[in-house]
Formats: sequence, C-alpha cells, structure tokens
Amino acid sequence: MSPHLVALEAIVTREALRFVHQRERFVAALVRPLVWLVVFAAGFRAALGLSITPPYETYIAYEVYIVPGLCGMIQLFNGMQSSLSLVYDREMGSMRLLLTSPLPRGWLLFCKLAAGAAIGVIQVYAFLGLAAAFGIVMPWEGYLLAAPALAITGLMLGALGLLLSSFIRQLENFAGVMNFVIFPMFFLSTALYPLWKMAESSPLLRDLCALNPFSHAVELIRFALYAKPNPEALGWTLLALAVFAGLALRGYDPARGLIGRKA
Amino acid sequence: MRLALCLALLASPAFADEIWVTNEKDDTISVIDVATLEVTRTIPTGERPRGLTFSHDFSRLYICASDSDAVQVMDPVSGEILHDLPSGEDPEQFVLHPDDRRLYIANEDDAIATVVDVETRRVIAQIDVGIEPEGMAVSPDGRIAITTSETTNMAHWIDTETETLFANTLVDSRPRHAEFAQAGSQLWVSSEIGGTVTVFAVDDQRELAKIRFAIPNIHRDRIQPVGFEFSADEKTVFVALGPANHLAVVNAETFEVEDYILVGRRVWHMAFSPDRKLLFTTNGVSGDVTVIDVGRREAIKTIKVGRFPWGAAARPTSGG
Repeated sequence: MSPHLVALEAIVTREALRFVHQRERFVAALVRPLVWLVVFAAGFRAALGLSITPPYETYIAYEVYIVPGLCGMIQLFNGMQSSLSLVYDREMGSMRLLLTSPLPRGWLLFCKLAAGAAIGVIQVYAFLGLAAAFGIVMPWEGYLLAAPALAITGLMLGALGLLLSSFIRQLENFAGVMNFVIFPMFFLSTALYPLWKMAESSPLLRDLCALNPFSHAVELIRFALYAKPNPEALGWTLLALAVFAGLALRGYDPARGLIGRKA
Repeated sequence: MRLALCLALLASPAFADEIWVTNEKDDTISVIDVATLEVTRTIPTGERPRGLTFSHDFSRLYICASDSDAVQVMDPVSGEILHDLPSGEDPEQFVLHPDDRRLYIANEDDAIATVVDVETRRVIAQIDVGIEPEGMAVSPDGRIAITTSETTNMAHWIDTETETLFANTLVDSRPRHAEFAQAGSQLWVSSEIGGTVTVFAVDDQRELAKIRFAIPNIHRDRIQPVGFEFSADEKTVFVALGPANHLAVVNAETFEVEDYILVGRRVWHMAFSPDRKLLFTTNGVSGDVTVIDVGRREAIKTIKVGRFPWGAAARPTSGG
C-alpha cells in the first residue's frame, strides 16, 4: 500500500475510533437537530404550509422545510468539532507527531478533513432515518444523490473548521467559535427560513443569507434530497471549499502560518 | 413519480385527460392537462363562475355564472359559449340528473331550487327551500334531489317526480355540499361552520354518523369542511377543510379520519382525474390547484391557475 493510503487509513481509523468511543457525541449530534425538528418546528405555527419555493412543487409543512437545514447543522457542528479536536491534538502534542510525517502536509490535512466529513455523513443519514420515522420522507433517489452533496458540504465545513483551528491558540477560545461562527452561520442562512421570508424582515438580512456559504451548502443538500440539480449552490459550495482549504493550508504552513510562529 | 409520468407520456401520446377549474375572480376557466400537470388553456366565461359540470357524453359544459345570473352552456372543444339557460338568480351549485336533461340549480339569493330542462331550455319547476341554498345532489336512481341551505341549516329532500319537498333534516351550521354514496343508500352533507360531515341513511333520513376533524396546531374554527369526493371504490372520502389548508382522508366505512394532506390556502372543491389516480383541489385564496397522488395520499404538485379557483370537473379526452 502506498504511504499516502496508509496515512489516510490511519487517520480515518483514528477519527472513527474516537467517534465510536465518544458515544455521547453521536447521541448529542442526533439530539440537537431532533430537538429543533420536534420542539422548534412543531411549536412554530406553520402547520398551514409555507409558500412554494424550488425544489418543492407544492405546499410543505415547516418541519419538512427545515430537515435539509438540520442536516447542514449536523455537518456544521461536526466540522467545528473536528476543528476543536485539532486544537486539542495540538495542545496534547499528537498534532506535532502527525505533522512530522514525511508526506505532504496538504495530504495529511485532506485525510483529516475526509475522516471528519465521513463521520458527518454517517450522522446525517442517521438523522434522516429518524426524520423518516417522524413521517418526513424524501424520494428514494434523493437519499442516494444526497451522499455526494453531503460529502462536498462536509468537506467545505470541515475546511472552515480547519481554517479556524489554525487561528485558535487555546481550547478555551472555542466558545468564541460557537458565538461568532456557528450561530451566525446557522441563523443567517436558509436553514430555518427561505430567502423570501428573510427579505420580508430586511433586505440586508436577505443579502447576508445569500452570501453565507452555509446557505449554499444547505440549498445543495435540499435540492439533492429532492433529486433536483442546483448548479449555483454547487458552484458556490465548491468555491468556498477551495478558499477555506487554501487558507487552512496556508495557516498550517510552518513558514507562514500561525502554527509556525507559535512554535 | 416523474419517471412514471414521463413513461405514461411516451406510452400514450394521445392520452390527455383534463381538469377544468372555474376561477371566481378572473371570470375564466383554467384547463389542466392531467398528463403534464400544466395549464393548457384559459377560457373566458360569464361573471363569477363557480359550479361546473359536464353533460354525460362530455359534449357540453354547464357553468354557474353566479353574477351573470345564468347557467352557461359551453362547447368544451371550441371553448365557445353556445347559449345561456334560465337559472334563476345567483346560481352557485347545481347537479345534472341521471336523465342528462334536468339540471337542479341552487339559487342562493332567492331561497329556491330551480329545475331546468337543458334541451327545451325551460324552467320546469321552482321549489321553495331554506335560505341560501348551496349544495346540490341527485341520487343515482334519480328519484331524490337534495339541496342544503346555508342559513336554515337543513338538507331538503326533493321528490324528483313531483318536484316537491318530502323531508327536511337539520344539519350543523352552514351546510355547503351534499353527495349520495353507497349506491344511493347514504347521503353525506358537509357543514362549514359546524366543522362536521353528517352521514344520513336515505331510506328514513336517520343520522348514521357525524365526522369531526382535528389538526394539531390549527384552531378548530379554521377547520371548515366544504367540498368532498369519494374514491373509485367508495371506501375513502376526501374532504376539503377550507382555511385549514388541508384535505381530510376519511374511511367511508368506519367514518374515521385517517389522514390529513396539506394543500393550498382555502381549499374549496376537488375533482378526480378520470382514472381516479390523481385528485385536484381548488385552493381559493392561494389561486392554485394542488394535485394529490390518491394511492400514496400525498400532495405531489401545486399548479398556478386564475384568481380564486372554485369548482373543478374532469373531462376524459382519451376516447375511452
């Protein structure tokens, strides 16, 4: 086996082991969107139906609308969690061990990203299964087409986490990530409300939502789940992935990045 | 679903059954192609078209043009109005007798039901009924006609031989629609304000059941049953719940509500496709028609039509 694959296997196995051992993390990853789905969406009086926006072809209940957004939320938290684990690894020293590998740093970081994204995709499918148990069922093609879409959005959000981790010096700073990254990204997106609803409250909010890469990730998942193409969302998500990954690579470059300066 | 539709299109290009929908505010009819689920024609009518029904051979369309105080007769092929029938004032709903000649029309403003012969174009009889008659039904054997009066809250039973009333039964507030079922042995009546559907035995006008509705998160005042239709096997009834924006799926044997389906805003009436696989609901306020997959009990598409769609009727054009 080529050393690249050995590294990939090792990193993915390590992430998978970590995930399997942290059963609470898996439960938490599922409970969080479930609370939104069952409590928030049910309490939100939209039983009379939302106006029709693509990819939907008829009126839908609010809980149907937010499922793709909650899939995105799982991946967002998962991406940030991987970032948290990178900060932890750095503090514990295992990061240094990893980065001393003779393999290109970009490859090592990609392996890390892929491992995180794969775990996120598993969590999302588990959540989709639970949503189906609540009666929110997608067309079967949607479940298949969602896999590549989720891989792309997972990598993009993971890359964002990686980028953030290159800036965070200490574990304690992670609360800031919560406040300044996760919440604004989630709330200022199409995860909870469609764009036209945002435009009703303010055009600025609408524009912010339209610019937010997380919105495009959610729309990509939404369209994929209904087996409809959305090249615009795909393009923006890929662009965001490229930018975040590029910046993260720079951040982890010992010659330029923070990590080098710190060391 | 889409694949199935595409296959159906490829397999039978001549297959183009239609759903005709009256638009109350636009004074038009929108014609929806059942295969493509798109509006293919928009035809002007008289003022405020509401109820509509085809002659038994589908060569004529009768339209209640309420504000024109006329029942219009249209050639469905050319879309031309051929002539008007005398209808009395403000016709809202009507029903064609199984003899294909007598049209029973509810005259909402005059508290009468008018019987018109569509061939001689003459009024045969006018029957005094309760205030604001609206719903109209004829038994399959043609012997009984029913009209429901919105304000008197009664179903009036008309003997079609003598054209006189022989019974009146009280129902819940504001009855809107009536249908015979189970080979004419049952009469179903919806009450908009009462929020119920009442089932009567036709032989002695006794009440068999009363169906009530409840949708989580929707106030019961908004649950206002109006139009309803039976599935092909008469085992299931679909009831339009007005501003509750849902259809109720009712088991016609146990009288229990089995399901609710979200449709557009203020759903009035509905019509099945000729094969009874799809159901088309008219959503008054949102100005569209929601298509239901009857087998899966799911809304699959909503089609924009004119303003305030009200009535719906199917027209088979596949020659079968």
